[in-house]
Amino acid sequence: MDPELTLTVDGATHTTTCDTRTSLLDLLRRRLGITSPKKGCDHGQCGACTVLVDGRRVLSCLTLAVTRDGAEVVTAAGIDGPLPQAFQEADGFQCGYCTPGQVCSAAGVLDEHARGWPSVVTADLTDTPALDDAEIAERMSGNLCRCGAYKGIREAVRTAAGAATR
Amino acid sequence: MRPFAYDRPDTAAAAVAAVADRPDAAFLGGGTNLVDHLRLGIADPGLLVDVTSLTSTEIVDIDGGLRIGAGVTNADLAADPRVRARLPVLAAALLSGASGQLRNMATTGGNPLQRTRCPYFQDPASACNKRVPGSGCAAIGGATRNHAILGASEHCIATHPSDMAVALAALDTQVRILGPDGGRTLAFTDLHRLPGDTPEQDTELAHGELITAIDVSYPRGRHAYRKVRDRASYAFALVSVAAVLDVVDGTVLDARIALGGVAHTPWRAVRAEDTLRGGPATEEAFAAAAEAELADARPQPGFDGGNAFKIPLARRTLTATLRQTTPRETA
Ligand SMILES: Cc1cc2nc3c(=O)[nH]c(=O)nc-3n(C[C@H](O)[C@H](O)[C@H](O)COP(=O)(O)OP(=O)(O)OC[C@H]3O[C@@H](n4cnc5c(N)ncnc54)[C@H](O)[C@@H]3O)c2cc1C
Ligand code: SF4
Ligand code: FES
Ligand code: FES
Repeated sequence: MDPELTLTVDGATHTTTCDTRTSLLDLLRRRLGITSPKKGCDHGQCGACTVLVDGRRVLSCLTLAVTRDGAEVVTAAGIDGPLPQAFQEADGFQCGYCTPGQVCSAAGVLDEHARGWPSVVTADLTDTPALDDAEIAERMSGNLCRCGAYKGIREAVRTAAGAATR
Repeated sequence: MRPFAYDRPDTAAAAVAAVADRPDAAFLGGGTNLVDHLRLGIADPGLLVDVTSLTSTEIVDIDGGLRIGAGVTNADLAADPRVRARLPVLAAALLSGASGQLRNMATTGGNPLQRTRCPYFQDPASACNKRVPGSGCAAIGGATRNHAILGASEHCIATHPSDMAVALAALDTQVRILGPDGGRTLAFTDLHRLPGDTPEQDTELAHGELITAIDVSYPRGRHAYRKVRDRASYAFALVSVAAVLDVVDGTVLDARIALGGVAHTPWRAVRAEDTLRGGPATEEAFAAAAEAELADARPQPGFDGGNAFKIPLARRTLTATLRQTTPRETA
């Protein structure tokens, strides 16, 4: 018998059953019809499936849905305000396929930065550096964009962070 | 994918019993490696025992260091103020690995136990002694860019892909293990094994043995982690070096060095350490240490051009990393 699980997705509660093999990505897209997160590679290599689970950015393709019973999931469709607007204004996309993952990842980046987390390009790891282009590029490196809209993506994240330019 | 059962017991002992009981059961950490393997069709457990909530997610102070619960994520570990200030080699190694999303999922127990990224291991259609003992090794003479230059055998030339494990191998690290017959502690440098004629066995852990925590001591000296890869981020290491050098008045009192991307294990650079200890912290000494460490390195030919480039690359990366740990006299 398939296990039952309850998830909150973008504020709405869903109770469903699913095979233990189902990824969170497939559960969202195919069972619940929530198509904002995208399937790029299904192997953790592209970031298109990024969602926030209990406030942290994760890859929904490598997450087994059954492990997240009771979790609160936020997809790009559930994020509004300055961040998606900054992507629009900066032309932070072309075809748009990677964009929901980019937006969720950017939300994670802003939160991690607010917590004071360093990145590997941070000169002094005990410091919280400003989100300049090098920091943004490193922190967003888990999201590939086949259209190469990286310049706009960086700009969108920088604008949303309210950080100084380069 | 074969159907499997999923269990999330309340205690570590129950998880160990559940896995020990079934030869086809496996522990599930963050799942970033195991779930990929399920999908690739190279792992087909009948039971997954989720250990993320039953192993500790705390990092606690112990005498002279830290005890890191197996459930602590790579992201939380790298962000810990004690790790950033007193174990920067570990923080840097963690932050150089994978991506922000993956580090939020990957665990302290799962990271050192991730399996090789050898493309033939990951392809069920290829011969691979690690995946199917006795089937041969398609990597030998194949594409060997990511393969070993140290400690390889005629049965397997794979490398260990973890960055975190390279830092842990350089540090004084103990692995706390719970098995069906009770607990034991293993030096981290004894956890991984060379392939020999049993490459299917990555580590000294027996089936059903659970990593519950990892203890790390604070070393004296300056830290550096350097990773060389095919793109600037979100890529595995071709070669990496973790080093902690304790230099007083120009003399190396202690050296802790490990290499990544070069062997089946995170490679503790004992020869380089011995060469340096007690001597001067000079460019010549660093070059001599790197020379000594790579003296037995052997390249793998391959249709992609092979991996002979890794020997000078490892030598130079090692020298450069040692230089990074040494304060310059003049700016
Ligand atoms: C695209 C991509 C890029 C990556 N890049 C890098 C990189 O640059 N550097 C790097 O270091 N890593 C990289 N990784 C790998 C990643 O760091 C590992 O997959 C991760 O650390 C594994 O941890 P986990 O908790 O997800 O393990 P899992 O996938 O859950 O488990 C891995 C193995 O450990 C076992 N296990 C888990 N927990 C325990 C425990 N407590 N006790 C005993 N056994 C246990 C499991 O049974 C399984 O065999 C990358 C991964 C991907 C997908
Ligand atoms: S190098 Fe090792 S892991 Fe790769 S194909 Fe050969 S036996 Fe398998
Ligand atoms: S679909 Fe999940 S990382 Fe590519
Ligand atoms: S906008 Fe097309 S893949 Fe990024």
